[in-house]
Formats: sequence, structure tokens, C-alpha cells
Amino acid sequence: MVRLITHNLLACHVKGCTSNNFPLEFKDVQVVLRESEFNPDFLRGFIPKIEWSALIGAARELGDTSLPDQLPEMLDDDFLKTLHHVLLEIHVEEGIMVCPNCKHNYPISNGIPNMLLAEHEIG
Amino acid sequence: MSRPELIAPPEIYYGDIEAKKYTKNTRNQQIQADMTYRALELLNLPPDEPAFLLDIGCGSGLSGEILDEEGYIWTGVDIAPSMLEVALEREVEGDLFLQDIGQGFGFRPGSFDGAISISVLQWLLNAETSHPTSSPPHRLARFFSTLHSSLRNPSRAVFQFYPSSDDQIQLITSIAQKAGFGGGLVVDYPNSKKAKKVFLCLYVGGGGGARQLPEGLDGEIEEDGKARFERRREREKSKNGKRKGIKDKDWILKKKELYRKRGKESVPRDSKFTGRKRRPVF
Repeated sequence: MVRLITHNLLACHVKGCTSNNFPLEFKDVQVVLRESEFNPDFLRGFIPKIEWSALIGAARELGDTSLPDQLPEMLDDDFLKTLHHVLLEIHVEEGIMVCPNCKHNYPISNGIPNMLLAEHEIG
Repeated sequence: MSRPELIAPPEIYYGDIEAKKYTKNTRNQQIQADMTYRALELLNLPPDEPAFLLDIGCGSGLSGEILDEEGYIWTGVDIAPSMLEVALEREVEGDLFLQDIGQGFGFRPGSFDGAISISVLQWLLNAETSHPTSSPPHRLARFFSTLHSSLRNPSRAVFQFYPSSDDQIQLITSIAQKAGFGGGLVVDYPNSKKAKKVFLCLYVGGGGGARQLPEGLDGEIEEDGKARFERRREREKSKNGKRKGIKDKDWILKKKELYRKRGKESVPRDSKFTGRKRRPVF
């Protein structure tokens, strides 16, 4: 159940990997769409936290191009609905997330990413 | 009180069987739900904004279910794969991560509006290997510092946990303070052995000045047919404040009647003098 909302917050936390460690890249992904309840208030509150370029990049990787390159000034309902779809309804079930800096692999199985580190990677 | 954290590390203790047992136990469910509601109360989130929360040690999603009900969007982390599997089966709404909180989080700064954690911190207090990164202080420090940075300013994190000694509380609070958190302990029902619950309430930011910690709950626990005090005999007192004698005339008559029924010989007759005191001159 990796959704783009959490992917957009997730950076690599391996020891010493502090720059260029976001966003994690998707590899060999299987995507499932699941509908969820539309909550415009939550989205409005969440938009300031979003790293827009990372979200666009990740959405394209998963084959969704419905979002514009730049965050629009006007937040109308149509836009919020597409944003809701991209953030909360696209679930990555299987695949790997790779850190762009240290190339650590975070495998996703059954929708749960394995974020465990080996002993030498713990900061 | 059982201490499962002393038996095995969490990812092993909560294997397939134990995870199912834990989740099915209705008493567990009730306790977890109560503590989750209390933790949310202590989080004191603004009422009309749907917040994005982190559930640390979400397990099978007993607490997550409540977060769903209350309309929060949440992300859960846990180290026990079997527990997460149960959570998947129960179809909770939040995103789940298999993560060792002692290794720290990789979330971007300011990601979450708050964090709750129910019955988890005590698991961080045992070292599994002799490697320096698995010593409890190191793991706690890593946990609190990465958590501090992934929370929004201002926000709160509330941890319910079962400390086994004051030293443990001291260790945890001092490391949390070093990581930049303000706040402290809130103890509910401090005088009850069963109902006592320890909450660690941590603040990020808060605009300077010491913020008032919320009061712990106190007083009688609601009577709901579960844990009650043993029945205490109320002593009857007569109107003038003196205690009524136990061996009064009624009692003596009752005893004599009993002896007669048992066939005991030489039980004195009952008369108007029965149970009266003798005059002092006798």
C-alpha cells in the first residue's frame, strides 16, 4: 500500500546518505487502483507539504500523466479530484524503491515496503 | 504483569500465531482502543482539520482502525511482518511500512501533523546484539531525533508505554529532550495498579515558554463490570458515633439457639437478663 502521498515524504535513511536521497525511484512496479473517499479539506491542508516535482516524476513513472507540471494557482474541484486520485488511489503492490544516491533497494512486497537496514547502514 | 519484551524481539515474539492471538483478544482490543482515544485526546489536534498522522508500532492496526473512524489519514510502521499481514487482512486504510524504529525514519522534515504510539517504547529498551548501534540509548536517540525532524512545527507526539522502572522513564525522557522535544509524562490513574497508564507527551516547537502538560486522569475508574475494587464491609455506626457492639443480645440468642439445635447440653435458659451486664458491685 505504498501510495504517492507517502512516497512523496519518503527519503532514504541509510547512514551517511544525506543528499540527493529523495525521491526514491520506482522499479518493476505493479500498480493497483483502489477508490477512496474524497476529502478536499485534507488535500488543501496537505498541498504545502508536497514536493511537486517529485510527485510529478513519481506519477509519470507509474504511468499517470494527469497532473500539470506546475502546481496551479487556482485549486478548483477538478484539480483536487485528480490530485486525490494520484495521491491516494494509486497503490504500488509489488516492486522496488531505489535510492538515487546510495542505490539502496527497498523492496515492496504485498504492498508493504521493507525499510529495514543492515547493521552497517544504521546511522 | 507479563513482559513480552523480555522474552524475544518483537518481530520474533509476534509471529503468525501470536499476532493473530493478540488481535483477536477482545480485551486487548478494548484496551488498545481506550488508549488510542486517550492518546488522540492528548494530541489535541485542531478539531476540523483532517490531519496526517504517524502510527509508530501500528501492529495489526487496532489503533489504526480508530484513526480511520476518526477521519484521519495515517501511515503506520511496525517491525513485525506477521502483525502487518494481519493488518492487511483487516483492510485498514493507512499505508504500512516494515521498519525498525530504532534505525530511524527517512521521512522528509515536517511530514506529519502528529504521531501516536501505543505500547511500543518498552520494546526499544532491550539490546538484541552487542553491536553499538543496537544499544538502547543509541536506538532511542536515533528514533527520537529522526522523529523530531519528521514532525511538523508545532505538533505533538504521544506515546503510551509500560516502563518497568523509573530509570527507564528517566532514560527515555532525557534522550527525547536531547533530540529537541519538550513535554513530559502524563500518568493516568496513578494510584491504581491495573488501570495505571503512562503517556509520554512530547512537543515539537510550541512558540517558546513552558507549555502546560495536560493533567493525568485520576479518581475512581468507571465501573463497567470489569476491574473493580474488592468489596469492603461498611461498618455500621450508631447515631451517636459509637460502634455498635457485635456481641449484643441478638447475637447471644442466635448462638444459644444454634447450640440447642446441635444438641449441646447445658445451654443456659433465655430470660430477660440474657445479654445484660452484671452490676459492678458483684
